[in-house]
Amino acid sequence: MEIIPKLPVAEWIDKATEWTTDTFEFLFDFIKEDFGDFIEFFAEDLLMAIPIWLFIAVIAVLAFFASGKRFGLVAFSVVGLWFISNQELWEELMNTFTLVIFASLISVIIGVPFGIWMAKSKTVQAILTPILDFMQTMPAFVYLIPAVAFFSIGMVPGVFASVIFATPPTVRFTNLGIRQVSKDLIEASDSFGTTGMQKLFKVQLPMAKTTIMAGINQTVMLALSMVVIASMIGAKGLGQTVITGLQRADVGTGFVAGLGIVILAIIIDRFTQNLNTQKGQ
Amino acid sequence: MPVIKVKNLSKIFGKNAKQATKLLDEGLTKEEILKKTGNTVGVNRASFEVEEGEIFVIMGLSGSGKSTLVRLINRLIEPTEGSVMIDGEDLAKMNKQDLRGVRREKLSMVFQKFALFPHRTILQNAEFGLEVQGIDKEERSKRARESLDMVGLGEYIHQFPSQLSGGMQQRVGLARALANDPEVLLMDEAFSALDPLIRKEMQDELLELQDNMKKTILFITHDLDEALRIGDRIALMKDGKIVQIGTPEEILVNPANDYVEKFVEDVDRSKVLEAQHIMKRPETVDIEKHGPRAALERMRKEGLSSIYVVDRKRKLYGYVTADDVSAAAKQDKKNLHDILHTDVPKAEMHTSMHEIFNMIHDSPVPIAVVEGDKLKGIIVRGAVIAALAGSEVSINGDHS
Ligand SMILES: Nc1ncnc2c1ncn2[C@@H]1O[C@H](COP(=O)(O)OP(=O)(O)OP(=O)(O)O)[C@@H](O)[C@H]1O
Ligand SMILES: [Mg+2]
Repeated sequence: MEIIPKLPVAEWIDKATEWTTDTFEFLFDFIKEDFGDFIEFFAEDLLMAIPIWLFIAVIAVLAFFASGKRFGLVAFSVVGLWFISNQELWEELMNTFTLVIFASLISVIIGVPFGIWMAKSKTVQAILTPILDFMQTMPAFVYLIPAVAFFSIGMVPGVFASVIFATPPTVRFTNLGIRQVSKDLIEASDSFGTTGMQKLFKVQLPMAKTTIMAGINQTVMLALSMVVIASMIGAKGLGQTVITGLQRADVGTGFVAGLGIVILAIIIDRFTQNLNTQKGQ
Repeated sequence: MPVIKVKNLSKIFGKNAKQATKLLDEGLTKEEILKKTGNTVGVNRASFEVEEGEIFVIMGLSGSGKSTLVRLINRLIEPTEGSVMIDGEDLAKMNKQDLRGVRREKLSMVFQKFALFPHRTILQNAEFGLEVQGIDKEERSKRARESLDMVGLGEYIHQFPSQLSGGMQQRVGLARALANDPEVLLMDEAFSALDPLIRKEMQDELLELQDNMKKTILFITHDLDEALRIGDRIALMKDGKIVQIGTPEEILVNPANDYVEKFVEDVDRSKVLEAQHIMKRPETVDIEKHGPRAALERMRKEGLSSIYVVDRKRKLYGYVTADDVSAAAKQDKKNLHDILHTDVPKAEMHTSMHEIFNMIHDSPVPIAVVEGDKLKGIIVRGAVIAALAGSEVSINGDHS
């Protein structure tokens, strides 16, 4: 043990982070400010401007159609959302919702193209697989540190950390879905003289859709699971209420906020799943 | 100019494929090469030409390289050696874009396992090739409908493939290929997944369509019956090699080697046909009534070069040929006795197809089917071929 001194891995990472922070400062600042403003605008001005009853009504109608004109999801959504507003956690809910929406959207926008790239090339797959494993196994807390370094505190680093944690399933499932398309169909497509793009959009993506949607569902769930963790670096929302409850040993408050997260999770999960099974047929 | 010209085409699967081609030169078999190098010989130096409007059948047992060969022809896989020319253009030398052009406009493929797109309706499936070519929606829908009508699926256009039976799905596959109006149809065991009845129906349908369309068709099958029914010419493959190319009759009558012979034997064994099943009513002349003039008249009317001679009780005397009869008529002979040939090729009612097969091959006249000394029927070469090819036996059912 003595022969090899302790490798300064931590220092290297620090240096790299520092370098990145300095070099891309202009970019990070831009994201921090403008994107931060936009998120804030979305949560506080846009969503909060919608009357609660209208919001619940819209969700109920969407739930009705998303679940194939049944009433289970509608009833649950209405009661669940009403409960959250009753507990005076509506603003927190809107913030959490915003965080999840943005983190998921960005994850999907990044994840799907990477998944496609991975499916088209064995080399890319060989390189990306361990990276994705790494991203998912690394404790999510760790992502908070560079997030803070790049974007200080608030919603933006919360979204950033969530994106890193939540993207892998979309990439993986997109790759898997495309690779699962049977060789016969690829041959059929080729035999009609499709270009790579035509094959992708007319055959591979439509056929992989169910699998990709399952990946997106997981991504959304992972983004949601980051809500409490992200609130440790100042992301607003239900997570923050949980943390406050923790700090003040206030079990009741913490529990109610936690319940709010669970309700949101169930609604989002059923929405994405139902959309998937419906379209997948 | 042949539409498809394949020359010295080889495909060897595995690493160091080029190296393995040397072993082919040294005459090693597919098995030996697999043992020695771990490479699989898919296709071994295949050469043939397919003429315009021809149905060219490639036949061979499972694993003989048929699918590999057909995929080489539209370059779904790259050849190890050799060339494929379509309309005189070398496919291997084409860049991707030109290759796409050829696939879009000249070659369409029908797949063994249908390979329909499950997320598209029947109409959208049939439109696929046209859509890929960027043809506008109205035009492609019109053409796709036409080709679906052609295969009798006009009513099903808004269904999905999973809602159709296997036979119907295969028709969609055919319609999808036809919608492109390609010069060449490549059909890889297109009917193999179908049950025998539907299969026969599809074969008939293909022949009927072919009468109107006059496409060049490369048809793959592992079934000799099918090959004989629809092929203008047949190529037999074994272990990646083409062992014989010929018309159905040539293949049946002159099998190039044991392998082909086995195939042919299998056919008649499977059919268990006998002479009585394929004979037809003979044209005859009566030795007591008819002289050379009458015989000549009869033969001219029926378009025969020889005719069997019997008496009133249908006892067989022999046959006379047109040449002899006309000479006798000139000499004003009164009866047929002098010119009668008695070396008649004879078969019994129960004689097997296999024997008939061997007889008919070097017989100048149709085979006489006798019961005792009575003539019951005759067998012409065409009937043997037709019977082996599995067409209706009842065409000859009018024998007395
Ligand atoms: N992608 C591949 N990799 C390696 N070997 C292959 C590949 N495709 C085919 N082969 C081999 O090439 C040979 C010919 O296969 P091919 O599929 O062309 O046979 P086939 O005549 O079409 O048989 P079937 O009637 O069963 O469809 C076989 O020995 C097979 O194992
Ligand atoms: Mg095959």
